[in-house]
Amino acid sequence: MIKSELIEKLAEDHPHLYQKDLEWVVNCVLEEITQALERGDRVELRGFGAFSVRNRPPRQGRNPRTGEAVAVKEKHVPFFKTGKELRERVDGKG
Amino acid sequence: MTNTVTRVDLADAVNREIGLPRQESGQLVEAVLDMISDTLVAGDSVKLSSFGSFVLRDKNGRVGRNPKTGEEVPIDPRRVLVFKPSQVLKERIDTALSKD
Repeated sequence: MIKSELIEKLAEDHPHLYQKDLEWVVNCVLEEITQALERGDRVELRGFGAFSVRNRPPRQGRNPRTGEAVAVKEKHVPFFKTGKELRERVDGKG
Repeated sequence: MTNTVTRVDLADAVNREIGLPRQESGQLVEAVLDMISDTLVAGDSVKLSSFGSFVLRDKNGRVGRNPKTGEEVPIDPRRVLVFKPSQVLKERIDTALSKD
């Protein structure tokens, strides 16, 4: 399922709203999560999961072709941990 | 200082940015999360452009080991959910947090 399909299905359940409104709602939720992660904050959605940022410390890498040493800078990567309820449900145990 | 953002904050953002009533904003946030969850539970992955994809992976069963006792424990085959952040999301976060 892609974003536009998600919005269409939400529209079926909310006939009193314009599809445009639901598109804004979905984008607003995703943007708010993104901005929280940009601040280094955690987003905790009980039963669904939690988004956080993990730090990858700087390290000495190597160019695999030449064997030359290269400095790899510190990196901040988004991480999602599935919540207990959703984890059990996708595994057919919920 | 790390803060925690919850459903209430997402609902506040919908209320503030879109101007829908508070209660309805909360219900819509829940509806979005439920729709994503139900789709995944039904076995379909969810791809949200410029954010990321929630994909399902089927893991084979294997023999695990209790690291404390060394005892062998069978691990059943299972289905797990993995979030793959989009390039856009990864770049936004790394750029925002690398400055200081």
